[in-house]
Amino acid sequence: MSSAQTPLHKVEGMGSSHSGTGHFWHERVTAVALIPLSLWFLYVMLGLAGTSEVTALQFLAHPWNALLMGAFVSFSLYHAYLGLQVVIDDYIHTAGTKISLLLICLLGVIAVGVVSLFAIVRIAAL
Amino acid sequence: MADNPQKPVAASRPLSPHLTIYRWPFTMATSITHRATGVGLTVGAIVLAWWLVCISNGPDGWQAFHAVSDTPIGLLVLFGLTWSLVYHFLNGIRHLAWDLGYGFPKQVAERNSVIVFALSVLGALGIFALIWTGHGGYLQ
Repeated sequence: MSSAQTPLHKVEGMGSSHSGTGHFWHERVTAVALIPLSLWFLYVMLGLAGTSEVTALQFLAHPWNALLMGAFVSFSLYHAYLGLQVVIDDYIHTAGTKISLLLICLLGVIAVGVVSLFAIVRIAAL
Repeated sequence: MADNPQKPVAASRPLSPHLTIYRWPFTMATSITHRATGVGLTVGAIVLAWWLVCISNGPDGWQAFHAVSDTPIGLLVLFGLTWSLVYHFLNGIRHLAWDLGYGFPKQVAERNSVIVFALSVLGALGIFALIWTGHGGYLQ
């Protein structure tokens, strides 16, 4: 039987989702990156507990710490969006609600990311 | 719009048993808890963003954050987020092990579920115990 797939679609091998294993893979890559970043984050939160705003400001103003905090926030939010997407896909079966929720989540994580990164840059510039 | 292909079918015919028919094994509990903590940690990301904004606002911002975080409810939320992070971290490593093909036998999965639950509670309590006993704040 001849296939309805175009030759290009066949070589791309992405199936009906058009993205293949991309979602799964990105979730894993961000998860692996978040192992050391989460340990660093816990070390920082514990180290800043009970200190003053001067300590937190000086710590986050250091380029390496700003970079690591930025990476932790970015990887976390991307990982969070991929996870929320699966939860929505699993539990919401109405196309309109599903697309609306996915959009809210996407715009939400972008907003939280932009605000966080801007705050980090602002701390460094203080 | 076309008919929704995933629309639930009225059960006029015998259907295979769904979640509700099983007693809850530990593996089911760890699975749904992974999801719940993941969603919780997304809220945690919003708290983290607010914390960063507060710090960038200087002393006033710092006080604004602590006016909320130092209340009993604030501490409860912070403890919940700490436990969620530790749990999601540990169970996430378990997920990565599964991806490599390890940890699937029934008894192993049951045992690891109990270990992850126990370690996550101990880890979160440990972190708060370190802070309360004055072992935090070493970055000063």
